[in-house]
Amino acid sequence: MTSESKPYSGDNADGAPLPAGGPNPPHSHSGPNPPHSPEPETTAASAAPAGESLARDAWRRLSQNRAAMASLALLIAIVVVCVIGPWLLPWGLAEVDWNAFGTGPTLDNAHFLGTDANGRDLLTRVLYGGRISLSVALVASLVSLVIGVLYGAISGYLGGRVDNLMMRFVDIMYSLPFMFLVILLMVVFGRNIFLIYAAIGAVEWLDMARIVRGQTLALKRREFIEAAHALGVRDTKIVTRHLIPNAIGPVIIYVTLTVPKVILLESFLSFLGLGVQEPLTSWGVLISEGVDMMESAPWMLLVPSFFLAATLFCLNFLGDGLRDALDPRTR
Amino acid sequence: MLIYTLKRLLQAVPTLLIVITISFFLMRVAPGGPFDGERQLPPEIEANLMAAYHLDEPLPMQYLRYMGNLLQGDFGPSFKYKDFSVTELIMQGFPVSLEIGGLAILLALIIGLPLGIAAAIKRNSTVDYLVMGTALTGIAVPNFVLAPIFALVFGVLLGWLPAGGWNGGALPNLVLPVVALSIQQIAYIARMMRASMIEVLGSHFIRTARAKGLNEGEVIFRHAIRPALLPVMSYLGPAIAGIITGSVVIEQIFGIPGIGRYFVQGALNRDYTLVMGTVVFYGVLIVLMNLIVDLLYSALDPQIRYDD
Repeated sequence: MTSESKPYSGDNADGAPLPAGGPNPPHSHSGPNPPHSPEPETTAASAAPAGESLARDAWRRLSQNRAAMASLALLIAIVVVCVIGPWLLPWGLAEVDWNAFGTGPTLDNAHFLGTDANGRDLLTRVLYGGRISLSVALVASLVSLVIGVLYGAISGYLGGRVDNLMMRFVDIMYSLPFMFLVILLMVVFGRNIFLIYAAIGAVEWLDMARIVRGQTLALKRREFIEAAHALGVRDTKIVTRHLIPNAIGPVIIYVTLTVPKVILLESFLSFLGLGVQEPLTSWGVLISEGVDMMESAPWMLLVPSFFLAATLFCLNFLGDGLRDALDPRTR
Repeated sequence: MLIYTLKRLLQAVPTLLIVITISFFLMRVAPGGPFDGERQLPPEIEANLMAAYHLDEPLPMQYLRYMGNLLQGDFGPSFKYKDFSVTELIMQGFPVSLEIGGLAILLALIIGLPLGIAAAIKRNSTVDYLVMGTALTGIAVPNFVLAPIFALVFGVLLGWLPAGGWNGGALPNLVLPVVALSIQQIAYIARMMRASMIEVLGSHFIRTARAKGLNEGEVIFRHAIRPALLPVMSYLGPAIAGIITGSVVIEQIFGIPGIGRYFVQGALNRDYTLVMGTVVFYGVLIVLMNLIVDLLYSALDPQIRYDD
């Protein structure tokens, strides 16, 4: 979250959260990603007495953090309910129940959380909205991840004048009032869901680029990169196969912090009436509809707000937990 | 220091140029124009209107004209609020936004800093958990959720405060928007202050201060707080930007006549000049605020000297 980003302060732009020589390089190659490169074998062997991969160790530490595990469970529950829930409910996204306009939560006709002013089932709409909000979170975070990681790794690896130029560009981007440009973009090109993915992703990659660049700067002087050079590995391959996988720890931490930011941004846009368009809906849209109705039908505000807040809460807890689990300094 | 300031101001020029250029051209490629209304205007009238606002000229000409006017502080006329220039609208809205935003920042510091300090001193105590739990809630519940719930509870159900409206900036009308706007920043500031305070309290000079027999109050207030404030100061830049964006929503919810509302209305109405004016205005504001925060930072931290 914003607290992580160093303020704009000249060219000293490497927001490396870990000290150089953090423990990631020797480990990180087992677990989810299979070994990429020849040399980790040797390093892993020398680190063997520790006997645990980074991923394993992180998972063990994370699973001891009860708040983080509870958040993870609730998060999975929310995702599952949003994905399969709409199929199990009798009402459709825009289906109108002519017998129930703005009724409160009731068991009649299976309107478990009531209906909106147009007789549409609120629970169904909240779950559909969740699909949109979560998909935006996923896709936009991925977009920002890909851009940020590549940009940061290239900038840090090439160094020198190119690095300087690329980071200057990031500095300039930082000081743009992005929120307003995104809003402009939405107005101009219509409220298209793919545009939301791209626009939010394009805004959120800056911090990631700085973090990865910092990591890369620290990593590129290490022996295993030198070894790769000596073996004649091409630059592109060194960046994609050796540098990026080894910077993965801080990247994971930062992604978990990006996801709630992205959800928030989408809801913010939708709340202003600039996000997704009817018949699609998202939590932000539902909250804004709820605000209009809050005096006569407060549940319309409270239900989507609850889903949004619970998701953000869990993601933040999980992010904090992951940071503790992956940060070598808290060991 | 002076050279640094000038250099930063110079660096702000390309940034602002980019903001202005992007927003100008984005608005112009938008489908639909400012005069598409409920009623189709006769073509001659529309042509006259277009000519009056120089919209019939080629785009590069319009761009240069706009830049020229901007340099003279003229944002052009608003298309929707007839008889008003954008400058007038901004000057009308800005004091309102400034009042809310300034109070919100102030409130965030007044509440956030002591909370963070208290949590750090009483680390891992009930106070700490309570403060940090509340802070996380403040971060997880966005202001556009909090604000309507505040309005519902305190405005409608309890009737203690007006649920909306501005009323010339009367105090009761200020309370809910300012609180809603500051909560998230209170949470961030408390968290950052706690983290940096813990770090400072663990450092050697604090141990020295304790070793020479200072009492705990003196250690904290004379030695620990100042260095611990630094990271929080550097967060003020993003915090101000956050308050500015937040005010767009808050003004919408509480019906407050600030620039945020003009911005949203302008965007929805395709009021080109109004939207551009507000974006440019915000751009300048954010760039200036970042500069001020950085200068403030160097004033607090003697280790930082901007003389390159």
